[in-house]
Amino acid sequence: MSMDRRQFLKIAGISSILGFGATAVSSAKSPVFETLAPPQVEPGKDALIAKRWAMVVDMSKFKTEEDIKKVVDACHHTHNVPDFRNPDGTADTKFEIKWIWKEPYERAFPGAENTYMGEHLKDMPFVVLCNHCENPPCVRVCPTKATFKLTNGITMQDMHRCIGCRFCMAACPYGSRSFNWVDPRKTLKPEFENKDYPTRTKGVVEKCTFCSERLQAGKIPACVEAAPKGAMFFGDIEDQNSEVRKIVTTQLTIRRRPELGTGPAVYYIIGGSEHA
Amino acid sequence: MKLYDGGKIIVGLAVFLAFALFPFYNNIGKVNAKPEPKTDTPVIQEWEKQYGKKECVESKEFMRMEHMQLLNNWRDSVVRETYRQYVSTSNGKKFNMSLQTGCMNCHSNKKKFCDECHNYMAVVPYCWDCHIQPKEKEENKS
Repeated sequence: MSMDRRQFLKIAGISSILGFGATAVSSAKSPVFETLAPPQVEPGKDALIAKRWAMVVDMSKFKTEEDIKKVVDACHHTHNVPDFRNPDGTADTKFEIKWIWKEPYERAFPGAENTYMGEHLKDMPFVVLCNHCENPPCVRVCPTKATFKLTNGITMQDMHRCIGCRFCMAACPYGSRSFNWVDPRKTLKPEFENKDYPTRTKGVVEKCTFCSERLQAGKIPACVEAAPKGAMFFGDIEDQNSEVRKIVTTQLTIRRRPELGTGPAVYYIIGGSEHA
Repeated sequence: MKLYDGGKIIVGLAVFLAFALFPFYNNIGKVNAKPEPKTDTPVIQEWEKQYGKKECVESKEFMRMEHMQLLNNWRDSVVRETYRQYVSTSNGKKFNMSLQTGCMNCHSNKKKFCDECHNYMAVVPYCWDCHIQPKEKEENKS
């Protein structure tokens, strides 16, 4: 059969319409492709719910390096964060993964140091973590929506969607994000493995999640739990009666680089009172 | 019609066919073992004792066909919407949406439950690159 150009285009056009039509009909029928919504899903019965989670850190309550280490270890063990070590036992920062870590004042609050500030002040340790910004730059740049804002204010990430482009790392002004250059499981000791939480895989970016999974189970974040008494507070800043709200209302708190307009949700007190 | 180099061609063809058809005649008479996923873990047996029957979050047929889609939806619910509990449409019971602490709590026999079919179908889901699989006792025995 010979066919001219006109006939060919006609047949091709008609068959493609029929083809597309058929797929549209068949996919519309399957209910499993719909996202789950209440009442089919519900929050856990103990789940902690807030409008906007926030944290207050009082550095004066961290008396020793050991106090800081306890907090960092609590988080990193809970979330199976690998700990890379050089052969001589020192921390290997090349592949380092950080969810919560120690930073000197000078680097935690750049631009806030004075010319005549003593070294001991510049080097004063601060516990830093993801600020769960109101207006997070990492979310804006993520091409796959792997990182996003939850309705409770947490800047969350979906590891399944992360393609490891590291735009978020470039965008985050706090250095809160770490890339998995190597398989994190290699350095995880079985005794530090939390069987209730996944690890990550090579090629994804990770950070603090404000313990989203613990909040769902009715527990406060692991770092707050491990911190010395009165050193860390966690709560709903939109709730007028919450502890964090009361502290932020009555005391002078600072946030990391607020001038950037990111709206951090982690507040720091320097030398708070006995009850913070 | 004349076949030039007929001998070589025919021998060549015979050798080619012998190689190409090797998988077929090698498997003649052997029946491929059908995958038989096992649901006989202690937790499931305990469940059976308590409720009188084995039941999953949805019907067996649904889970067979759609578990991958269900797991995807669960993941979106937990990670993106912060819901944790799934209310079954088949029996109304509530389940913790979690692969590691939900599914694998009952189905602690990954080898005989997951891998049995996945290997047969040659699908390689990457769940266990991140999620920690349950420790299985059979590993030590064999």
